[in-house]
Amino acid sequence: MVELKVTRRSAFEGLHAIGVSGKVSATPSALATRFSFRGDHEAAQRASKAFGVTLPLALLKAETNGTRTAISLGPDEWLLIAEDGAAQLLADEIEKALGTHFHSLVDISHRNTGFDVSGAEAATFLATGNPLDLHISAFPVGMATRTIFSKAEIVLWRKSADTFHVEIWRSFLPFMWGLLEEAAHEL
Amino acid sequence: MLLIPCPYCGERPELEFRYAGEAHVARPADPMKTTDEEWAEYLYFRSNPKGIHIERWRHISGCARFFNCVRDTVSDKILKTYKAGEPRVDLKQFEKGAN
Repeated sequence: MVELKVTRRSAFEGLHAIGVSGKVSATPSALATRFSFRGDHEAAQRASKAFGVTLPLALLKAETNGTRTAISLGPDEWLLIAEDGAAQLLADEIEKALGTHFHSLVDISHRNTGFDVSGAEAATFLATGNPLDLHISAFPVGMATRTIFSKAEIVLWRKSADTFHVEIWRSFLPFMWGLLEEAAHEL
Repeated sequence: MLLIPCPYCGERPELEFRYAGEAHVARPADPMKTTDEEWAEYLYFRSNPKGIHIERWRHISGCARFFNCVRDTVSDKILKTYKAGEPRVDLKQFEKGAN
């Protein structure tokens, strides 16, 4: 019998730190549990109770409570982020709350990875690869959306005036990170 | 950059969208009863107008919804977008001063 030993490795291993003093820095987020949740508004309301964060019914919004965050990506799609190791517990809780109500819950903890971009120049920094208007008047605090960074799909969430959270598929991370390293030279 | 008004998310850059062909092409309800010509018509023939065209787009790197879009193929100007499932818009409203 072959004994398999699988160790979870951070997608950030081997990447250089990015930071321009006084302007911007990119900080890898801690390992997390993530779910893609799909269903109607009734499903979202029931899942909210189990998850402990109200799943925003309005589009392009993030709701957060402690270590847990719910982001509305589409009219019937949410990204749920929770502390690492909570996958089984959360899946059970949400399944119990939903019962036979039609929905889909997919564990994407290991598909995504995330990091924070913070600093006075954070919006300018991200605008090097993102075509959205990231000015605070157009992209206010609490707004979140799926969008792109160059050719990679990301989820962008403004946590505060000068802090953004980026969720990206881990295989796209080196691509985005490389572009950000280049962009940091231009700030 | 061309901004496309997604009926769900509002105006968003075109890079987030994918084109998905002509809109309101309904699959025959009973394919077994169609003739080869009717089936070929459904599969391959599109209106391809020079001017106002109703087409499907998908906000793939956004809300991921399909929606319908009225676009002028000459000027590339987007005249209207509406959610999939809503009735086909009357093109008469776009005739005057569309270009």
